[in-house]
Amino acid sequence: MSESKKIKMRGPMGGGHGPGAMMPGEKAKDLKGTLRKLVAYLKPFHVSIIAVIIFAALSTVFSIVGPKILGNATTEIYTGIMSKLTGLGTGINFDKILNIIFFLLGLYIVSALLSYLQGFIMTGVTMKVTYNLRKNIAEKINRMPLAYFDRVSNGEVLSRITNDVDTVSQSLNQSLTQIITSVATLVGVLVMMLSISPLMTVVVLFTLPLSLAIVTGVVKKSQPYFKGQQKYLGNVNAHIEEMYAGHVVVKAFNGEEKSIGTFEEINNKLYNTAWKSQFFSGLMMPFMKFVGNLGYVAVCILGGWLTIKGKITLGNIQAFTQYVRNFTQPIQQIANISNVLQSTAAAAERVFEFLDETEEEPDTPQAVSTQEIKGEVAFAHVKFGYTPEKIIIHDFSHIVKPGHKVAIVGPTGAGKTTMVKLLMRFYDVNEGAVLIDGYDVKQFNRGELRDMFGMVLQDTWLYNDTIRENIRYGRLDATDEEVVKAAKAAQVHHFVKTLPDGYDMVLNEEASNISQGQKQLLTIARTIISDPKILILDEATSSVDTRTEILIQKAMDNLMEGRTSFIIAHRLSTIRDADTILVMRDGDIVEVGNHETLMQKGGFYKELYQSQFENSQAV
Amino acid sequence: MMKLKRYAKPFTAIMLMALVMLFGQALIELNLPNYMSKIVNIGLQQGGIDSAVPEVISTEGLSLLSTFMTEQDRQLVEQSYDKISAGNVKDEKLAKKYPNLKTVDAAVLNTSDKAQMALLEDIFGRSMYSFMSLAQQMAEQNENATVADGNSKSIDITKVYPMASMMQMLPQEQLQRVITEAQGKEADTLKQTAVVLVKAFYTELGADTAHIQTMSILKTGGIMLLLSLLGVIFAASVGFFASRAGAGIAHDLRADVFKKVTGFTNTEFDKFSTASLITRTTNDITQIQQFVTMGLRMMCFAPVMGIGGLYMAIKKSPNMSWILGLAVALVLILIITMFKIAMPRFKIMQNLIDKLNLVTRENLSGMMVIRAFSTQKHEEKRFDKANVDLTQNSLFVNRAMATMMPCMMFIMNGIMLLIVWAGAHQIEQSTMQVGDMMAFMQYAMEVIMSFLFISMMFIMIPRASVSAERIYEVLSTQDSIEDPVAPQEIANTDGTVCFNDVSFKYAGADEDVLQHISFTAKPGQTTAFIGSTGSGKSTLINLIPRFYDATAGNITVGGVDVRNMTQHDLRSKIGYVPQKGVLFSGDIDSNLRYGAEDANQEQIRKAAEVAQALSFIEEKPEGFETEISQGGTNVSGGQRQRLSIARALAKNAPVYIFDDSFSALDFKTDATLRRALKKYTENATVLIVAQRISTIMNAEQIIVLSEGKIVGMGTHKQLLQSCQNYREIAQSQLSKEELEA
Repeated sequence: MSESKKIKMRGPMGGGHGPGAMMPGEKAKDLKGTLRKLVAYLKPFHVSIIAVIIFAALSTVFSIVGPKILGNATTEIYTGIMSKLTGLGTGINFDKILNIIFFLLGLYIVSALLSYLQGFIMTGVTMKVTYNLRKNIAEKINRMPLAYFDRVSNGEVLSRITNDVDTVSQSLNQSLTQIITSVATLVGVLVMMLSISPLMTVVVLFTLPLSLAIVTGVVKKSQPYFKGQQKYLGNVNAHIEEMYAGHVVVKAFNGEEKSIGTFEEINNKLYNTAWKSQFFSGLMMPFMKFVGNLGYVAVCILGGWLTIKGKITLGNIQAFTQYVRNFTQPIQQIANISNVLQSTAAAAERVFEFLDETEEEPDTPQAVSTQEIKGEVAFAHVKFGYTPEKIIIHDFSHIVKPGHKVAIVGPTGAGKTTMVKLLMRFYDVNEGAVLIDGYDVKQFNRGELRDMFGMVLQDTWLYNDTIRENIRYGRLDATDEEVVKAAKAAQVHHFVKTLPDGYDMVLNEEASNISQGQKQLLTIARTIISDPKILILDEATSSVDTRTEILIQKAMDNLMEGRTSFIIAHRLSTIRDADTILVMRDGDIVEVGNHETLMQKGGFYKELYQSQFENSQAV
Repeated sequence: MMKLKRYAKPFTAIMLMALVMLFGQALIELNLPNYMSKIVNIGLQQGGIDSAVPEVISTEGLSLLSTFMTEQDRQLVEQSYDKISAGNVKDEKLAKKYPNLKTVDAAVLNTSDKAQMALLEDIFGRSMYSFMSLAQQMAEQNENATVADGNSKSIDITKVYPMASMMQMLPQEQLQRVITEAQGKEADTLKQTAVVLVKAFYTELGADTAHIQTMSILKTGGIMLLLSLLGVIFAASVGFFASRAGAGIAHDLRADVFKKVTGFTNTEFDKFSTASLITRTTNDITQIQQFVTMGLRMMCFAPVMGIGGLYMAIKKSPNMSWILGLAVALVLILIITMFKIAMPRFKIMQNLIDKLNLVTRENLSGMMVIRAFSTQKHEEKRFDKANVDLTQNSLFVNRAMATMMPCMMFIMNGIMLLIVWAGAHQIEQSTMQVGDMMAFMQYAMEVIMSFLFISMMFIMIPRASVSAERIYEVLSTQDSIEDPVAPQEIANTDGTVCFNDVSFKYAGADEDVLQHISFTAKPGQTTAFIGSTGSGKSTLINLIPRFYDATAGNITVGGVDVRNMTQHDLRSKIGYVPQKGVLFSGDIDSNLRYGAEDANQEQIRKAAEVAQALSFIEEKPEGFETEISQGGTNVSGGQRQRLSIARALAKNAPVYIFDDSFSALDFKTDATLRRALKKYTENATVLIVAQRISTIMNAEQIIVLSEGKIVGMGTHKQLLQSCQNYREIAQSQLSKEELEA
């Protein structure tokens, strides 16, 4: 939910027809540094990129010479016909015109070919860079400490891998070539214009400030409306999402009128800004066209005067008018590009920021082998907090013998999963140590350490593949027979057999085509196949029906047989059977012992236990 | 798309205005190349002289020309000109323009009558052409006998008169031959030749021909600029009306869809799904807005410009229209080929992106599991596969696009060359002028561009029509629950809820979810529902606030059938706590007040206290003013649930419904909450759905559901003995002692 929202909010216009030049792009904090990194990223492709630059520039130059040469053809026609009219010559020299046309045809073919090559190479480079960026991010995710993802939402990371990389990719593909062609066009056209007539060029240059003033004027005028439109569109969408998601509550509390009232208020505001922003941005084109025509007339008047003086030819004027038309376009593009570059840099910066995040501490080179581990777990003066400023476990020491059952109990939000995360070294302790068979967990290779554990959480994570592959996930080299065996032990074999494709049924994207309880059983099967030395279990609280719950209980019992187990317990029977109970409150472990000793102690555990039990007694 | 027509109706006038302005804009844009061609033809090529009829001509010149006129012609010319002798000019303006009138005898045009001018145009055209063609014949025979100025391409008048005397010596037949030849020529040809001579005569009289040219260009240019300014106004008006129409239609649609959806019951939400309703109200409507605005601006404009461009171009030169046909055919072939090649890949693009996102999302959400099983390498492989697929596909699509652009450019440039080549021949035959050729190029460009736009239209229309269809689906949905025409007023505060043989079936389902349910829940008592998932507990209690309507039997609240009162009245009697603790953005206070706006501070506090929310609210620095973000994501699940309980309690209703509302609470909080609740709801009817036996075992009445049927009803103790189903549940959840206690 939060992910899709994040993505939607950034591009609420849907189809990606963004406001373009109208919106002030986001700005990168460190533009120079980011660009340097981006350039470094492109370094392996420098040969291709240089080729692209040369091809793009050449292709532009070739197409720019076109009008002037075509102008010669016009002049040829003009003088030909004039000579015929005045009786001076024989008329139009078709051979000469044909020569010009064939020369131009050649020029255009070369230009098109170069432009195609340029596009072909650049697309290749861009796609390769995009591919690498995505790959690096995906691999980076696996090397980062879990703590990072407490700070940054999944949606945000996802948005980096999709939106941000896409932005970088698109502007590499388009903007880079656009910069080259725009600059080449600008310079080329200027040179060509100067070569025809410096005087006329100066006159054309005078229209530039005018178009610049118009562009900035229109942008300035429309920007507030664009911002307003984005804002109110965001508000409308947020209100719609909120009200639809909470639809039942709105109905149950008769909140319809209020909701519609709020909606109409924002909807009206949206309408007012939306049409204005559309209107003002639409003004740009006609205005620019007008300035273009102004330049055209000026060129014609001046050109006419110059032709009389015999300084230039009619074809020159024709070519010149075409150049005038081509002159304003690259200026607009360059103005646009700076905006695009800004948002590209901002996107690239987010990507690089992510890639530069600190990674998990590397494994020790002399890792202890996990072959002979029996499963004794010890906590020695453990001190831990998710952030250094907020220590939650202050000083905890305890030894769990191999094969023992440990129940972790406490009210909601007491931080029961913290212990799990420390055991498996998803987080490192601030002080003290967690030891397995006397070895600090830091002495193991992370992968091997985690292989020793089997974990069944309430949050049943399965992925979009067949049931067979999902069970095999516990040990990727397990055979099909082993998968079935594990499924049987997890009491899920029978259920799988009743499914349309049995073990080959593909779980859909939300894994919603099987029930919650069945998912839990599959995760148990997955853990069984991994044959762990130490177990971590999270007991189901709700959302599972009775029969499945009995199955799950049985499966878990099978699993715990002879293994050191940590159970996040909700069931009193489990708690009372445990060898050790860790009582947690506000993140810290407040009491340790078994049921009898803790009851005798009369502390928090007793209170917790009785609050549950007194009801039964009252019946 | 037509189904949403009525939303366009209020904007008919605005849209018509947009269309009118659009035609104006198109008309102007189509005429601009004409003026440009006029600047080239008359301003540049003809030196600013646009008529074969000279406004002044030297007497000598006139008599030279009359050699080539018939008797009838000569008479008309004589009538049309006033003779003035050298130095006798009365008109000062004329004298200033032609300073040589002081020394030369001349004739001044005295008419501006249109019909007469047309005749004169023909007469002068023919006579001047005859002279020129004769002069050319003589030049071919004798190199010195030329009228042309050696340097410039104009005629040297001083060489004209000696020539005239030579001509008079020629045989009459030769003279007659050129005159007949001239009669067969087109008016354009005659005129183009004539203006060259007219310019020479003006020069003879000392006129500043450069000035004439500049003035001519300025005049045409001025008109062009005025037109183009008018074009700006038209275009801006189109934008104004189109934006208002687009945004207005979107505004109305959005409001109607939102109101419609707000009125929807759960049945409709189930049918569409919440996510789909959200997209229909947001993205789909934005799609329509863009379609209307863009449609008015571009889509109507492109065909007008395309057809107009074709018409104007063919008018300029019908002989060259085949080039336009060729251009359009080539562009269409290019576009269609590209579509054929790239479309299939383009279509799967979104799927591949989705796949990549899915793998990434799975990687993020399953991070603990992935690391626990050390399957990072496996995940990297999975991601890489999705990444490679996407990269290869987009490489193909992008390269197809990269091919399209140069091809397009080449076609355009090639067409221009073709126009120059064909145009040169037309000009040679004097059926066209250079300026017309240039205008033709522009029209060709317009035609090609408009075809590009029209083909883009074929991409946009289906997209918009899918959106329109989706919106229409929502708007045309019949509400499954409507208020009665004559609702019964209910004043009593009696909260008795009674089910009489109620059955329920979801729309489109084959089987009943609930079958023959009958029970009575009395005020001051708690009625609890338990059963495995899918047994119909939640469905059952959702019938009470009429989120769904029973398909058989009836439900009464306070003795009145729920279908006989307004939904508003019914729901104001019920304090409802949903399964998921949904909160709205605002602060804690505004959330608690959601159902009871005029509750006083004391009542709100009390409700929070009963719901066990007071302690954590007061722990927060801003207490009841603590901000709640959308969906309540900034408080924990347990806190959210407690706030949503407090929200229902603040209503002080005679009926309370708790739909599995204690699941996120730990045992301790659950227990204290229920104790406080019992006291608070002393006189109310309480209905609770629960998963945990411990939550409900004190209830006065427990109803055990299995597969939509009541399989047991009674107290905890009674049910343990009498109901097999209940016993199973109890055994799985409670310890032996608890069961025996």
